[in-house]
Amino acid sequence: MPESSHEYPLIACHDCDLVYQETALPPGGEARCQRCGALLYRDTTGCIQRSLAYCSAALLVFILVNAFPILELETQGIRRNATLYGTALTLYHENMAPVAALVALTTLLVPALELAAICYLLLFLNLKRRPPGFADLMRLIQLMRPWGMVEVFLIGVLVSLVKLAHMAHVLPGLGLWSFGVLILLMAASAGSFDAHEIWRQYEKCPNS
Amino acid sequence: MSKQLTATEMGLVPCHGCGLLCQAPPPEQHGYCPRCQAPLHARRPGSVQRAWAYLVSAAILFFPANLLPMMLTTSLGRTQKDTIMSGVVYLWVSGSWPLALVVFVASIMVPLTKILALFLLLITIQLRSEWAPLQRTRLYRLLELVGPWSMLDIYVLGLLVSLVQLQSLATILPGPAALAFAGVVVLSMLSAMSLDPRLIWDPIGENSD
Repeated sequence: MPESSHEYPLIACHDCDLVYQETALPPGGEARCQRCGALLYRDTTGCIQRSLAYCSAALLVFILVNAFPILELETQGIRRNATLYGTALTLYHENMAPVAALVALTTLLVPALELAAICYLLLFLNLKRRPPGFADLMRLIQLMRPWGMVEVFLIGVLVSLVKLAHMAHVLPGLGLWSFGVLILLMAASAGSFDAHEIWRQYEKCPNS
Repeated sequence: MSKQLTATEMGLVPCHGCGLLCQAPPPEQHGYCPRCQAPLHARRPGSVQRAWAYLVSAAILFFPANLLPMMLTTSLGRTQKDTIMSGVVYLWVSGSWPLALVVFVASIMVPLTKILALFLLLITIQLRSEWAPLQRTRLYRLLELVGPWSMLDIYVLGLLVSLVQLQSLATILPGPAALAFAGVVVLSMLSAMSLDPRLIWDPIGENSD
């Protein structure tokens, strides 16, 4: 087994198990597996700060999204509006509790927890301190990642808008515009989040 | 360049929790990652069995999800039952074919392709096939990518139900297919997550030397 230095350790491809020796990358560069093309690691200069910035911004916008209606419907003097939690709540009241739980999980709970957890961890690392519960939270973030589906919900809003347009006056609410911004911020934060680098930073921090 | 080794061949195990390459524990013994304390497994435990169980359940639920009504629209005393497909047809006829296409792809094509593709991957893995590993890995990555998009119809349903409660004028209620459909989405995602893509590559290393 080759000697692995602490700075550039060995890394195994998560899709096909081939082992590589990590090397330094040019700015913005990335390393891919020769056999299956999976992303192995990438240049992570400033990724903690960037990720923290996007994540905290996304967390703020997420509050906006939930505070205002996403769609408003008006016909013959009746006004109704839909919010994120309202959608889950209505399904719950229509005896669709499992579906309601799934909607609440994928559009509210998972995105909120994920953003909050990332903000918490990166804030500590930025201050060069080891956040308590680090390993468990990292595992939780990894576990939750596939279940956050806000971008799908946005397309769902657009489909509903078209479906309803012929029968009533439908207005996009302030929540919908915030939603668009949220999707962009979350995509940026997912793009700059690098578990590999976060672990490395964690190990550099002094034991408290 | 010398032949590249896999972690298994080198007696190493990548940690599921943090990705650190660890020394494999001796056989019949449990090892833990020195960095994050997660239990070490060379491959996701019970990968194939779990993936099969989830997949078969998803495939069974696929039928009620598509045959039962998804949405019950009551307008001026008349109740209309819509399945997923009739919802797509309605969008198409009412002139918004791009959206009809989006809904068709997200709620019919994606779940169906996903189920068929998982069958293909699981069968080839069990046969220890060496056929087109790169393409099969790409297929697996595609499955992970498109999985969440099947939720589209559930969200549309939830939004329509919350908005269209206009007393005598019109109401929209969720139909039984919603439950089945949610089941298909969750189970097929769980199946893809349980499946370990490295199993596709395992037979290749064994026969090359």
